Amino acid sequence: MAASSRARVLDLYRAMLRESKQFSAYNYRTYAIRKIRDAFRENKNMKDPVEIQALVNKAKRDLEMIRRQVMASLKIGAFKLRNIEGPLMTSKHGHSSYCTLFFHTG
Amino acid sequence: MLLRTAWRRVAAALPAAQGPSLEAPTRGLRLRVADHAPQSAVPSDTATAPEMESVLRPLYMDVQATTPLDPRVLDAMLPYLVNYYGNPHSRTHAYGWESEAAVERARQQVASLIGADPREIIFTSGATESNNIAIKGVARFYRSRKKHLITSQTEHKCVLDSCRSLEAEGFQVTYLPVKKSGIIDLKRETHQLVASHICPRPGPGSEPATQELEAAIQPDTSLVSVMSVNNEIGVKQPISEIGRICSSRKVYFHTDAAQAVGKIPLDVNDMKIDLMSISGHKIYGPKGVGAIYIRRRPRVRVEALQSGGGQERGMRSGTVPTPLVVGLGAACEVAQQEMEYDHKRISKLAERLIQKIMKSLPDVVMNGDPHHHYPGCINLSFAYVEGESLLMALKDVALSSGSACTSASLEPSYVLRAIGTDEDLAHSSIRFGIGRFTTEEEVDYTVEKCIYHVKRLREMSPLWEMVQDGIDLKSIKWTQH
Repeated sequence: MAASSRARVLDLYRAMLRESKQFSAYNYRTYAIRKIRDAFRENKNMKDPVEIQALVNKAKRDLEMIRRQVMASLKIGAFKLRNIEGPLMTSKHGHSSYCTLFFHTG
Repeated sequence: MLLRTAWRRVAAALPAAQGPSLEAPTRGLRLRVADHAPQSAVPSDTATAPEMESVLRPLYMDVQATTPLDPRVLDAMLPYLVNYYGNPHSRTHAYGWESEAAVERARQQVASLIGADPREIIFTSGATESNNIAIKGVARFYRSRKKHLITSQTEHKCVLDSCRSLEAEGFQVTYLPVKKSGIIDLKRETHQLVASHICPRPGPGSEPATQELEAAIQPDTSLVSVMSVNNEIGVKQPISEIGRICSSRKVYFHTDAAQAVGKIPLDVNDMKIDLMSISGHKIYGPKGVGAIYIRRRPRVRVEALQSGGGQERGMRSGTVPTPLVVGLGAACEVAQQEMEYDHKRISKLAERLIQKIMKSLPDVVMNGDPHHHYPGCINLSFAYVEGESLLMALKDVALSSGSACTSASLEPSYVLRAIGTDEDLAHSSIRFGIGRFTTEEEVDYTVEKCIYHVKRLREMSPLWEMVQDGIDLKSIKWTQH
């Protein structure tokens, strides 16, 4: 029981991070990734199963919300920021895969 | 539940197929290639994001002017912009009922952020309208017995202008000066050379005394209005003490908390606040909405400014804009959850910014008290550098000198003048805003560019040369031709 819920939480964590990395806007993307990491880390020693379930439910709702907003941002598009995301700048926050593709064509 | 099912229907109806995450990298790649080579054919695939300008945008470091919408707030607002478009005052059908339910939910969210009862929250079009209602409404209601108001010299323009218009109606207003730290003087403490609108009381020697709050309260004072966090210098006023003084003297206390709500803990009962103005777009909510808190126990009577169908308890007639109000409520709820996390982060980033700049540049002054200070608003004066030219040089960062409302005029900010800043330092001031979404990289970049350009501008400045040679600029007699 504990092992499966741990796996479930980790799956949720990974899914949320994966989804957040697709935000087009730099500020939203970095905020989401940072907040998800910090929030999961802060609650990692939670023992009470009722509380854990409440947090998991909240995380699921937040994942749905992130999915919707990412969809919206992919449709609407977002600006790139000068000198933080512009040509030849890499961001620390997890989309280095984009950048390698970029360099190959650049 | 309702929202989620509604959203599933909307999502199903969306025309373009949202591909799985595997497709995202190529979509992102195409966008970047398009940015880099604008002459090449724009991809005709309608599933890609529409072409954004190929010009890159500056970093946003001006959160005191306005803030971006939090994605959670947009998420809460969208259903009410798309599907639940009813008028909350329609009593006869489901569109009205669900809209009204949303408005009441938002009211509860705003109230719980400040420790109020939902019946004490009135939705308005923003903090400016709330300030107008608070000041003009209270003054006019009690005009038969009370003709005096007190405010401070560092208030927002809308407060000062409301007071000015009341003066034209026959009221008397005291504009309290502030100490050099930017904080209101509560009791007779120190004597300072600060210009005051009221004739200074003669004190020992030739220095005028500062007007302090307790002494300024007269028997016919109806209202004291002092903002919680200043939007230009970030100074936090001692709200609890002011509330205590006002309630002991039976005077209503209004605070413009537009920059403070959701960022520092505020409780209207602990701090004895009778009226409070809230702004939506300062707390990652939508623009065009705000709220005013008006105490019910003991009841504060306010004369309504806007006549009409009697909505919002008759205090503010007009259809309540459901999507905006839902956004404000969501912003308040998010702010309540994130307050501690954001405050810790913003303090760390602010510390980083100030330390790095102060370490690398001499002759930099931080305006406003460094202790009673909201960390996200940093106002620095760079001596021997012209503020406008520094702003132009920092074209990759969106900053401001002085508040957005007064940036049209060329005169230095009245707030800086009120805290006794020299003319030349007031012209060289820049306001850095750090918010929930600001990253360490943005702060580092801003600091780096700021240091570079200040050094460069100082190199070009003859005044700086003279200072380096040890000449005291104040001793120079500038000749007139």
